[in-house]
Amino acid sequence: MATNSLRTAYGEALVELGKDNKNIVVLEADLGKSTMSCLFQAAYPERYFEMSIAEANMASTAAGLALTGKIPFINSFAVFSTGRCYDQLRQTISIAGLNVKICGSSAGLSDYGDGSTHQSIEDMGLMRGIPGMTVLVPVDAVETTQMVAAMVEHKGPAYIRINRNDLPILTATDRKFEIGKLYTLREGTDAVVFANGVMVSKALAAAEVLAKENISLKVINVPTVKPLDRPAVIAAAAGMKAVVTAEEHSVIGGLGSAIAEALRLEKGVPLDFVGIEDVFGTSALGYDELIEHYGLTAKAIADKVRTLVG
Amino acid sequence: MVAANIIREIEDKALQMRELIVTDLIGEGKVGHLGGSCSSAEIVAALYFHKMKHDPKNPQNPDRDRFLLSKGHAALVQYAALAIAGYFPQSELKKVKSLGAMLQGHPDMIKTPGIEANTGSLGQGLSIACGMALGLRLDNSSRRVYVIVGDGEQAEGQIWEAAMAAANFKIDNLTAIVDCNRLQATGAIRDRFDLNPIAPKWAAFGWHVIETDGHDVKALLDAFEEAESVKGHPSVILARTVKGKCISFAENNAAFHNGLLTAEQCKTAMCDLDAIRKGRE
Repeated sequence: MATNSLRTAYGEALVELGKDNKNIVVLEADLGKSTMSCLFQAAYPERYFEMSIAEANMASTAAGLALTGKIPFINSFAVFSTGRCYDQLRQTISIAGLNVKICGSSAGLSDYGDGSTHQSIEDMGLMRGIPGMTVLVPVDAVETTQMVAAMVEHKGPAYIRINRNDLPILTATDRKFEIGKLYTLREGTDAVVFANGVMVSKALAAAEVLAKENISLKVINVPTVKPLDRPAVIAAAAGMKAVVTAEEHSVIGGLGSAIAEALRLEKGVPLDFVGIEDVFGTSALGYDELIEHYGLTAKAIADKVRTLVG
Repeated sequence: MVAANIIREIEDKALQMRELIVTDLIGEGKVGHLGGSCSSAEIVAALYFHKMKHDPKNPQNPDRDRFLLSKGHAALVQYAALAIAGYFPQSELKKVKSLGAMLQGHPDMIKTPGIEANTGSLGQGLSIACGMALGLRLDNSSRRVYVIVGDGEQAEGQIWEAAMAAANFKIDNLTAIVDCNRLQATGAIRDRFDLNPIAPKWAAFGWHVIETDGHDVKALLDAFEEAESVKGHPSVILARTVKGKCISFAENNAAFHNGLLTAEQCKTAMCDLDAIRKGRE
């Protein structure tokens, strides 16, 4: 029975890959039962380092491990593994292109109860701004599994942004994942939505609604925010009456910004964003309730498409 | 017991490094990190020209000891040592910091042979060293990691995160050296965050602490030996040094942390170094 949990898929993928690849080592900042790096700890305790509540040191220690040929995965909540370690990720790891993998778990608003201090609305932006950093956002557990394998194959720093909550499976287990590739989940001719993470299923729901109004919406999953396949983005947007992006992230710096950058020389492409409008998160008792509060809904996507299509 | 001629050779190398710092790596009318480079000269010379196993012809040789300069702004002293050791031609030294140069303002492992990590954002080198030491341990390597930390750098909280981690993981294939020159960029450490007494702090964090004169080569070599003999704990050498050591006008003078050298000062500096060399003969 396949899991719907992205973080369980993440932990299981590390265990599976670590079986043959002895260079994989895992570092954790006291959140192993949330990030699910605890699965690796149980399987290979000698290659697991509990780095306690000291994220900056964890990141630089990973740099040292990478410099001896290891493939370290560092783990924490996204807000900490990107924000708290930003300087370490930038200075030693990314300037030298070290082979360190960063897991941003409980990303976006997915840690709904813990509120703004534990929710990350700018991690994609922070990571995207670092030259040479690969930025990945899995849509479901299957894509997470495929993505972790790709991260191990890839040489250089890479960031994976993982949702805390179970999400519907949209990816076939036999699909081949490649870093940088866009995946069309629904064809359409009037408008296109570029989405990732939890917002992909919202985009598919929006497409269903719009189909009844004779608006044909193409839905593209963008699991790699960087490097972004610019020619593919331009081709997908060509001739569309509307381009909408949808992400569980600030509209500043994330997927919407990346798509806008890709389309910046294209003429006559009406573009709008669905995302968090430059505010911090807040506590809620449920995930669905919280993302709805911030307008991260199928309705919001459909509304923006309708407005642009006219 | 290290022979007197070996100690003398290391002392000579440290002087030669200072000369290269003054003439090639800074030069007349230019700015450079003179003070912190000169305070580390004997430590760096003792490591590169005696203590460490390394291979200038094959800088990536896996069977090498690792050296990290956490106080990356003192890169000039490492560049001088690397050039003398033969990692790259000495002609590279004069191009330091110029556009397209192999030698950057702070250590860059991509551009410079012999540099092990990009350091200079202070506070991170000890953590990197811990990671390297753990990696070497996983590989059952008998090689060691050396890292020089500035005493001003100890204000960075990450130093103490790494100190806790090293003790927790019983990292004993690592020697940290704190270059205790008592000055940071804009003045005396004691007027900012005075960490004195330093030794009990490291001891309380679970480290074996060795205190020594950071310009006494024999004492440094003894300290390296002692550090290597300690099992189950990381070791730190607190090296008492003088910022700007051997350059009369720069000694104990924070203005030469990253100061400009006039033509006259370059001349004075070379006279100072010449006098020390002659005094030894």
